[in-house]
Amino acid sequence: MLAHTFFFYFFSIISVGSALMVITSRNTVHAVFFLILDFISIGCLFIMIGAEFLGMIMLIVYVGAVAVLFLFVVMMLNVAEQKQSWFRGREKSAHIPVGLIVSIIILAEVLVVVGGWKYKSNFIKTEMLAVDGNLTNTHMLGNVLYTQYIHLFQVAGVILLLAMIGAIVLTYTKRQGVKTQSYFTQLSREKKTSIKLVEVDSNKGVKIDG
Amino acid sequence: MASIELGHYLTLGGVIFLLGIVGIFLNRKNVIVILMSVELILLAVNINLVAFSIYSNDITGQIFTFFILTVAAAEAAIGLAIIISYYRNKGSIRVQEINEMKG
Repeated sequence: MLAHTFFFYFFSIISVGSALMVITSRNTVHAVFFLILDFISIGCLFIMIGAEFLGMIMLIVYVGAVAVLFLFVVMMLNVAEQKQSWFRGREKSAHIPVGLIVSIIILAEVLVVVGGWKYKSNFIKTEMLAVDGNLTNTHMLGNVLYTQYIHLFQVAGVILLLAMIGAIVLTYTKRQGVKTQSYFTQLSREKKTSIKLVEVDSNKGVKIDG
Repeated sequence: MASIELGHYLTLGGVIFLLGIVGIFLNRKNVIVILMSVELILLAVNINLVAFSIYSNDITGQIFTFFILTVAAAEAAIGLAIIISYYRNKGSIRVQEINEMKG
């Protein structure tokens, strides 16, 4: 139990610190690196608490796909040098005081909720999908995901397909002046449109352009 | 030290959620950082769901974390595609210069 406590504080301090660095870092590439660190430490927390499969999926999906996508876009757009320094910027923005006020109000609301909620150890337990101690985490997830939640699972697949099509459509640009092979035009040629038979008179030749 | 209870995880989720919200409000320079703050918010929600799932001994929370993960990935892809096409048209993604809708 002591190890659990120690590692919880270790990973949570790292994740909170890196989340703070994500929103205050002056260089966008550094912000993406801290986002990766945040995802990894939260994934370690998931593995530690007993959701191993989700922890690994966090590593694969967030670190391997989403964060690398962010990094790729930051490098492609060449915005890393646009320093983001809202706390010491020269130009004053009218949005910062309002944003600070709203953020402080939200912080106060969350504090009220945390303070008002006694940590109940006997909150209502749903016994619908109780955890079976004999199975591994991945096995239990598969048992439930492919039976009870199969429709949601397929809807998630449709969402990913839509995101893929949308991203391709949004970033697709047709380049002008590029000569490409048109298979349809090639294959749909016929004899009568491409070959002209000409009677050639002796000693007169043929005028090709005519 | 006391043992780790559900409240610890909920507090961690709340802190990361707040940091995400503050990042959205206070960032005036770069749209990509706003997208990263949204990712932080979704991450905080995932922490809450997984903590409740483990401490209430019910697997459903982890299933829903899957779907949040899916939506987060799709949202990142679409958002970055929009940012790329905006950058192509305008040559800048600074938040202060995106003011055509006067929002």
